[in-house]
Amino acid sequence: MKFLRQFAARIVGQSIRIFARAITAVRAEWKGIEPVPRQRVYFANHTSNADMPMIWSVLPPALRRTVRPVAAADYWLKNKLRAFVGPEVFNCVLVDRRPEVQDKPMDKIIAALDEGSSLIIFPEGNRNMTEDPLLPFKAGLYNMGVARPDVDLVPTWVANLTEIMPKGEVIPLPLICTVTFGEPIHVREGESKDDFLKRASEALLAQRPEARQ
Amino acid sequence: MTSTTADILLLAFGSFGILIALTVLGEILRARQPVHDPNPMLDTYMTRVQSWWGMVTFIGLALLLGKPGIMTLFAFASFAALREFLTLTTKTQADHLSLALAFFAVLPLQYVFVGFGWTGLYTVFIPVYAFLFLPMISALRGNPQRFLVRVAETQWALMIAVFCVSHVPALMSLDIAGYGERSVLLIAFLVMVVQLGDLLDFFFGRRIGRTKIAPGLSPKTWEGLVCGVLSAMVIGAMLSWITPFGFWGAALMAGIASLVGMFGNLVVAAIKRDRGVKDWSHLIPGQGGFVDQLDSVIFAAPIFYQLTKYFYT
Repeated sequence: MKFLRQFAARIVGQSIRIFARAITAVRAEWKGIEPVPRQRVYFANHTSNADMPMIWSVLPPALRRTVRPVAAADYWLKNKLRAFVGPEVFNCVLVDRRPEVQDKPMDKIIAALDEGSSLIIFPEGNRNMTEDPLLPFKAGLYNMGVARPDVDLVPTWVANLTEIMPKGEVIPLPLICTVTFGEPIHVREGESKDDFLKRASEALLAQRPEARQ
Repeated sequence: MTSTTADILLLAFGSFGILIALTVLGEILRARQPVHDPNPMLDTYMTRVQSWWGMVTFIGLALLLGKPGIMTLFAFASFAALREFLTLTTKTQADHLSLALAFFAVLPLQYVFVGFGWTGLYTVFIPVYAFLFLPMISALRGNPQRFLVRVAETQWALMIAVFCVSHVPALMSLDIAGYGERSVLLIAFLVMVVQLGDLLDFFFGRRIGRTKIAPGLSPKTWEGLVCGVLSAMVIGAMLSWITPFGFWGAALMAGIASLVGMFGNLVVAAIKRDRGVKDWSHLIPGQGGFVDQLDSVIFAAPIFYQLTKYFYT
């Protein structure tokens, strides 16, 4: 039974990847890093539910096997299908963001880092529905950087998803989605939380295709 | 086997012969290269050759399948080109419906019209009907911000990626006296002279090129261009047996197509420079996207079509 579930998870994973490629021709731009197995935290902008599958799809197989997206438990445990796809296909680190639950998300994240996994996180915390390119970052990224200073924090910009499927539209446009990986950053010695988060946010914005013209 | 099929096979084998020569050349150069000293130029060259293998195979198969094969191949090429183009153009959410229509209505309809050979429709559908109606749909959403830029860029994308590309398969619906069903060979002729002209322009440009045509845009040189166009004329003349043009006619048509294609390449380079991209996409390994690979064919196709129509039908 366990074997069957693993097999199904692999099939679903491949289908998601092929689907993402067919609809958006999604591709990676390795600007600041090489696609080599190294422990990293990919921190990305978040405008759509498809952000995480897009990043996951462009990672080469060896990297995809060791990457774990950090995702909201309330979203991924909502029904049986999501409870299969989230934890088993994407191998998500599920965290509960509700303040009344003593879930200690950071402990789970650090545990995942200590087992050698790379992570995908969305430091804005929520989907960005505003006109601004980024919302202010939550403290999580800083805490990870302080707790495990050797891990590379890689700014990862997912472009065009809002044009492909703006909120309120029904038909997706088959435009090309790009995922740009920038140069990794680390928390500097003595750097304050706010300074670091500002720097991280700027590093991420610098990966926008329109910022590079 | 009909004579058309035989000719297509002959052309395919000829192209495969050239590709085998290019592949062997690359492998010899690679074998001479020390392992610890990789040569990026050589790697680029080999990826390009591999992509050409794919392209020759696809176009050859499509030609052998006849009309349905050709229509499918070029409809797909249009789709890929339109996607590459519209990814880079200015747009807002107000354009969402008109862009969706461009992809899912204008493009398929254009190929239906070409497929049925309705000349009166496919030559005016995009320049007139799409040109007038798509901006109306964008206007209905009531967002005036950069309106003219948005609609103009969408129309440009449709003209290049759909209208111009569809003129390659449209060559099949030309009714040339005494040529009949062999008109499918005109496609092979156009693609071959233009692409080989480009390749030789690149080769001679590297060897003897001095004077850049548009230094801010592209490394293309006048010397390379002249040699490329002359080579295209020679190749065109050698391929005159598959055309209705005759020896000198084929040379001239090849020369014009190649010349238009080369300047079209400059136009595409200008757009890329403006948008700050190197390639349109990464669809074809080593050569960027469809627009990168086919830019010269795209620009040459409508001119080649019109000239053939005017002088030979």
